[in-house]
Amino acid sequence: MKEQTLQFNASLAEADRQLTVCNACRYCEGFCAVFPAVHSQRAFASGDITQFANLCHNCRGCYYACQYTEPHEFAINLPRALANVRTESWQQFILPSRVAGAFQYHGVAIAGVLVTTIALLFYLLSQWTPGNGEGFYAYLSHTMMVLLFLPAFIVPLVVIAFGIRRYWQTVDGQAVRLTHLRKALADAASLRNLGGGQQQGCNYEEKDRYTNTRRWYHQATMYGFLLCFLSTSSATVMHYGLGLEAPYALLSLPKLLGITGGFLLTVGCAGLAYLKTRADPSLGAGAASHRYDHSTGHNSDHSSEHSSNQAVGPSGNQTDDQTGDRSTRTVVGGEMAFVLLLGATGLTGLLLYVATGTTWVPTLLAIHLGTVLAFFITMPYSKMVHGFFRLAALVRDAQR
Amino acid sequence: MDNNVSSTHWDIVIVGGGNAALCAAIEGASAGQRVLMLESAPRVYRGGNSRHTRNFRCMHTGPLAHLTDDYGEAEYYDDLLRVTAGKTDEALARLAIRYSEDCLPWMQAQGVRFQPSLSGTLSLSRTNAFFLGGGKALVNAYYNRAADLGVEVLYDAEVTDITLDNNRFETLQATVDGQSVTLRGRSIVLASGGFQADLDWLARAWGPAARNFLIRGTPYNRGVVLKNMLDQGAVSVGDPTQCHAVAIDGRAPQFDGGIVTRLDCVPFSVVVNRNGERFYDEGEDVWPKRYAIWGRLVAAQPDQVAYVIIDAKSIDLFMPSLYPPTTADSIAALGAAMGIPLDTLTHTITTFNAGCRDGDFFPTELDGLATEGVHPPKTNWARPIDTPPFYGFSLKPGVTFTYLGLQVDQTARVFGPNGPYDNVWAAGEIMAGSILGQGYLAGFGMTIGTVFGRIAGQQAAASVATFHSNS
Repeated sequence: MKEQTLQFNASLAEADRQLTVCNACRYCEGFCAVFPAVHSQRAFASGDITQFANLCHNCRGCYYACQYTEPHEFAINLPRALANVRTESWQQFILPSRVAGAFQYHGVAIAGVLVTTIALLFYLLSQWTPGNGEGFYAYLSHTMMVLLFLPAFIVPLVVIAFGIRRYWQTVDGQAVRLTHLRKALADAASLRNLGGGQQQGCNYEEKDRYTNTRRWYHQATMYGFLLCFLSTSSATVMHYGLGLEAPYALLSLPKLLGITGGFLLTVGCAGLAYLKTRADPSLGAGAASHRYDHSTGHNSDHSSEHSSNQAVGPSGNQTDDQTGDRSTRTVVGGEMAFVLLLGATGLTGLLLYVATGTTWVPTLLAIHLGTVLAFFITMPYSKMVHGFFRLAALVRDAQR
Repeated sequence: MDNNVSSTHWDIVIVGGGNAALCAAIEGASAGQRVLMLESAPRVYRGGNSRHTRNFRCMHTGPLAHLTDDYGEAEYYDDLLRVTAGKTDEALARLAIRYSEDCLPWMQAQGVRFQPSLSGTLSLSRTNAFFLGGGKALVNAYYNRAADLGVEVLYDAEVTDITLDNNRFETLQATVDGQSVTLRGRSIVLASGGFQADLDWLARAWGPAARNFLIRGTPYNRGVVLKNMLDQGAVSVGDPTQCHAVAIDGRAPQFDGGIVTRLDCVPFSVVVNRNGERFYDEGEDVWPKRYAIWGRLVAAQPDQVAYVIIDAKSIDLFMPSLYPPTTADSIAALGAAMGIPLDTLTHTITTFNAGCRDGDFFPTELDGLATEGVHPPKTNWARPIDTPPFYGFSLKPGVTFTYLGLQVDQTARVFGPNGPYDNVWAAGEIMAGSILGQGYLAGFGMTIGTVFGRIAGQQAAASVATFHSNS
């Protein structure tokens, strides 16, 4: 773990260097919540920078507005610097870190879990067919589903809760009041910080033009996910509270919520995945925004005519291809796999609904439940945690 | 470069790629003309000094966008007279001021966004409209608008010679991506800025000391087109030997350091030259009214360098600096670290401290806390430099713009040896010397660029429309 701690510090140092330039400039004050928070301080502790990083929604407005981006010697790329601190902070807060790193950086790891869980479901369905029960329960008993999914849901949430607790200590969070929650939830519900300050949108797939496309796809994804969650919750209440067991009719609460949510989730994730292919990966997390020399313990520096500039000159090179495990790591694969997995939970659910009454049901059921299981198992270690940390950062910012 | 560019007979050719050039291009293309822009910088550095700007000084009656209260023509013009000491062309100045109110909504219509006055700039919330994201965001919005209107933009395109025959522009020579080309147009707008990035020219005009100046903005304002026009007899305005310089952090890059290189701590400090001697009243007025004269003050010192010294009492009283200060626990150690002669420095600080008297200190207003028996006196905020740690910054002159430019009339038309040229207009810094004869008024450069850029674009478009309807 020592090496990861060092890397985390190197990312913090690079973000600190860039934020010092930002604090002397202040042109981006109107874009989002990050800059007013930065400008309220003269110097930054690592907890402050961790908070700024998790508050940042990667809208990229500041990058395209910045007069100091490369090749300028100040080499500002704040979206990347904060994204690196952000992903590395999740890795540090969520235990075990090694697992977190594997899923954030490697789409293959997520795919591996997915294949395993789907195979597991096929095995269960073939071996444990209940012989009675209606609807899906004819293929996998309700008890089996609960035994499988309850721990798969609860354990990741507990892991995340401990991570958020460590985050809260790091960013010096105060006692949470209702006003903090109200403001944070309002910001999250409207994705205000992807609005560019005036609701004109972010600078993602269209570079220096503003669009709200990513915001809309993210809204579809977020609300779709929440509707699917409500669907399952309502079914749970109906099952245990009201004694009404599945299958449910089309005009029942679980179906209405689930179909709408599944549709939104599928469309939203497809849109986000598409936009990701159009955006500039060098403004996102992952690839090195700094070079860290393990032998000297110092960031290597660009040659500079002004030797006294070392506090400001870039401590890394953002465009060179570099060798070494750290510098070539990128989270794009992990993020893309996560988005596709999340979308697949919606899509397979919808397909399963469409296939009702056909011979495709057992196959699709295994695929759908395997997908959902893979999503839950990887949740603390995938990009899914951004939602929890982002909300915590918004609450912390509301306390400022 | 596309062959079509050199074979096309362009309606309007625009030399430059900053605010004035973009405003002219948008007006010209909005009028339906075929417009070619020639930006000497590569795409990543497009926009000239407009990249580094942050606001637009705007006349207004009643609140406008984020601007508060009123800012009328009379007050605006008075502000201009104060900074220029009367060195202005009143007709052109009033034109810029009056038209600015109309420009703000026009800018918004082209995609420019504004934001409330930035933290630390509340004094400007009534007079200056701040761009959301700063000048580069404004430049991006204009380039996108120009692209939507079909303006052709060439980057890395430096105009080397403008051919003028019978008072008319016909062709120009340019180097595009390293290749020499001839381009044809029916009208031309010159918006290529000043010459401050040509250090040889600065040194010829100002003297060898100019080689120690830093240039705050773009390295691409080399005045090539300005010189070419003046060599052909275009009428000049503005003092050819002068440039506008402010005192900035001495460690700033040679070019393009921009806003972040400012240092706001002078009023709370003692400033010495490389010999360790004070040379001017650091507390003469609030910093927004004095930063501009400190460029010249430092330029007049040996090696064009000065050192600001403050103590622990003042470290949090000014905007955070880009570079960390040199820090020491004694004045002697600070002097040693910064290379200032110890005896003189110690003597200067001791004498200064002895001249400080008790009284109330108010960092944000003139507090009258002055020294006694110290030469030169410090007339406000004079507190002894006695509380460690001590902090030091070096200062150098940072050139913002040059005053020499082309004379224009109220339609932005350039004057040649035989009166106004038929089809040559100018906008922005290349003609700003008419209005800003000396000094500077925050945000007024963008006003001049926007107003005369728009006028030049409209006039060029109208002249070409006349040509098209006659032919």
